[in-house]
Amino acid sequence: MNTIFDEHEAGRGTSYLPEREIDLARYLPRSALRAELALPELAEIQVVRHFTGLSRRNHGVDSGFYPLGSCTMKYNPKINEDTARLPGFASAHPYQSEETVQGALQLMWELQQDLQEITGMDAVSLQPAAGAQGEFTGILMIRAYHRLRGDEGRTQVIIPDSAHGTNPATAAMAGFEVVHVPSDERGGVDLDALHAVVSEKTAALMLTNPNTLGLFDERIQEIAQVVHGAGGLLYYDGANLNAVLGRSRPGDMGFDVVHLNLHKTFSTPHGGGGPGSGPVGVKAALKDFLPMPTVTQRADGSYGLDYEIPHSIGQMRSFYGNFGMLVRAYTYIRSLGGEGLLGVADDAVLNANYLLARLRGSFYEPYDRTPKHEFVIAPPRDLKKETGVRTLDIAKRLLDFSVHPPTVYFPLIVDEAMMLEPTETETRETLDAFADILLGILKEAQEDPEVVKTAPHDTVVGRLDEAKAVRAPRLRETLGA
Amino acid sequence: MRFSPHTAEDRAAMLKVIGAERVDDLFADIPRSVRLNRPLNLPAGLPEMEVRRLLTSLAQRNADGDQMVSFLGGGAYDRYIPSVIGEMLRRSEFYTSYTPYQAEISQGTLQVIFEFQSLIAILTGMDLAQASLYDGATAVAEGAMLAYGHTGRRRVVVARSVDPQYRAVLRTYAEGHDLEVVEAPLRDGRADPDEVRRLAENAACVIVQHPNFLGLLEEPEALCEAAHAAGALYIAVQDPISLAVLRPPGEYGADVAVGEGQPLGIPVSFGGPYLGYMGVKQDYLRRIPGRIVGETTDHDGRKGYVLTFQTREQHIRRERATSNICTNQGLMALAATIYVSLMGPRGMRQAAALSIEGAHQLADALEGSGFRRAFAGPFGSELALRSPVDANALGATLRRSGILGPLDLARLYPELEGHILLSVTERRTPEEIDRLVKALREVAA
Repeated sequence: MNTIFDEHEAGRGTSYLPEREIDLARYLPRSALRAELALPELAEIQVVRHFTGLSRRNHGVDSGFYPLGSCTMKYNPKINEDTARLPGFASAHPYQSEETVQGALQLMWELQQDLQEITGMDAVSLQPAAGAQGEFTGILMIRAYHRLRGDEGRTQVIIPDSAHGTNPATAAMAGFEVVHVPSDERGGVDLDALHAVVSEKTAALMLTNPNTLGLFDERIQEIAQVVHGAGGLLYYDGANLNAVLGRSRPGDMGFDVVHLNLHKTFSTPHGGGGPGSGPVGVKAALKDFLPMPTVTQRADGSYGLDYEIPHSIGQMRSFYGNFGMLVRAYTYIRSLGGEGLLGVADDAVLNANYLLARLRGSFYEPYDRTPKHEFVIAPPRDLKKETGVRTLDIAKRLLDFSVHPPTVYFPLIVDEAMMLEPTETETRETLDAFADILLGILKEAQEDPEVVKTAPHDTVVGRLDEAKAVRAPRLRETLGA
Repeated sequence: MRFSPHTAEDRAAMLKVIGAERVDDLFADIPRSVRLNRPLNLPAGLPEMEVRRLLTSLAQRNADGDQMVSFLGGGAYDRYIPSVIGEMLRRSEFYTSYTPYQAEISQGTLQVIFEFQSLIAILTGMDLAQASLYDGATAVAEGAMLAYGHTGRRRVVVARSVDPQYRAVLRTYAEGHDLEVVEAPLRDGRADPDEVRRLAENAACVIVQHPNFLGLLEEPEALCEAAHAAGALYIAVQDPISLAVLRPPGEYGADVAVGEGQPLGIPVSFGGPYLGYMGVKQDYLRRIPGRIVGETTDHDGRKGYVLTFQTREQHIRRERATSNICTNQGLMALAATIYVSLMGPRGMRQAAALSIEGAHQLADALEGSGFRRAFAGPFGSELALRSPVDANALGATLRRSGILGPLDLARLYPELEGHILLSVTERRTPEEIDRLVKALREVAA
């Protein structure tokens, strides 16, 4: 498809603003002014057709099934999109005085309370812009907590080998050394190995539960005891909270800090990769380290921004959070209520187990356990050897059937992994259709492997040459190039 | 269970296939001691009609900038957003997709990012740009991390005239790597190149905003030279609208150009979601944080786009990644790409020029009013003034005239007690500026 640069024609354009002539040299020194600005010029209809055309070269949840493990690609309710755009929200300036933004502050305060209840924590900050920034916030708080106690020697963060890549990247960004702990044969944290790596150097253990294999670590309390016993704290990566909403809370499992992904569990759209929102919850002992500001309810019942946080780690981003995302998550929580959220977890886990049951016996299952909201499988162990067909090929072949493939080659501890998360919003028919497609591809791989290995065949482009993109980088367009 | 499609029959049939009796059985491995044995204490779920009513009533408790005439700025701007943007942003193939790991069915998102990178590179005059960051503040912080990674130096110099929010976030991020953040003080509202040259000794970078938070033009050429003389990188922070009319960072030798993309078609939305951008010189390609999209071809020679240079990123590189950032601000980058495509060079210039003209007309009209310009240097579309009356009281008075603002600078700069900031965008008509002038003159009188 053309780029906006291909569409350029000098002199085109639509006027959105008054067109009077302005001589900037009257106001600014000439030396400060720019000579040329080589941006493309397009008529409005070209712009609309261009971006409509681009949208059609995308697959979203609204286009079809999207079982991308660890990402919780659930349906994004349309009411959320309407409420976030209400003029009172969309046009509120962050520097308006508190008495003119009481509605926004009340919404944020209530959302803080709701997320505390859902996670079992004592205080929540809505500031982090995304899950990864929530992690960074949480780990900086843990660092500040130890330091304030004079416990300067805690330089290590322990991370299981099944963890998301953001966990070690975050720990490193906060100045910690990363220590890996392996998983045991049941897919949980290997307790002996954990005993061996915890020490007076341990600042924290970062854990996802259920973990990235979709398995609930039943020994979570023992794990918590080991880490707490050594003076470390427990960090909960909330990526998989959808599985246990209303069933089990990180706060009750022994976690000290959690981050949530509102764009996963609380239905705010993924937006093609952002904006997300990653609120952080903490136990009382860490409350004084929260980023500034939080929202507070004052004695007279009004709401305000609280900058009086004694040992705050500071500010994580401009202003108070991705407010537009907070409105969507609040809308979702009010739509569902407590009972509805419990139902979300129940149906998410039901759907995952149903899909696994449909695939069982045909795919390799590394762990014979009841998964929660997602599960990890791999092609039969001899498929690659016999046919040359790999997980990547199966994923690419799925594209021909207008479904999004699962997450592949993650977690790293399962060879040729496929990680499937159907979410609660899919019908049984969709799950059946997907299982049939996947089983069909497996059969095809044995009978006609070339078709699978050269897939996709029906997409707007085929497999792209990633090596060429690095070898001969072309990272931008220039007008007239 | 508003959004679940299952009937009781569905659930029963599915459980049968699974071989479980009840859904509870699927949770049997969660130890009783960590189960929640009571309902979540939340308000009961509401039907859509009631939810809309509830949210509308909350929204109406805010005084919104569409009802009021806003002169509030300071990093978030009430600019005109063409109708096309809202329409395109609601195309759900864009907003219900995730990060483009499967390139073949994500060409829409990938090409948008490629075009966004191109437009940012042109606006900033830099060699290349990445796919976007959370906001302007984190873009500044990531820029400093890049400079630290490149130079190995732990000192970061930032002009005090840089947005206080950006400086606050910079300090938080710096904590992780034990970086020392040093501020170049205000000299008549600006950074002094000689002072910066001294401070930049052994520094990783010098960070300057132009026009700065107080609305004043800095001397980017001299400041950039001062940074380079000390072997420090120069990180330029600029409002993308101002880039349409001011010399771009790439022209005066900046190494990294960052800023807040909110003015490009994104509503102020009480502080977020916004859009951080980052452009760099070619030399820093492998140090850039976050996503980068590149053009390539498929086996039939068809042009296509992929995420590239991913070995910098957390999902490959884990603890050795250049940043922990996972995705970008996809939908906000889409808004900005559409905005710049619609406005074109003339529209972008006009937005900047109308704003600058309005601010200067405001300054002229206030002469002799008791509201005096706080600093002498040339300024853009924001005006720092010394107020003869208390800023809070002033805000309350203006609100009664339907005006939002000013920003009380003492909130952010304790040394600027009694100073205010007024911001003018292209949305402010001459009549609205008159209304503000009249209200200010009445207050002062």
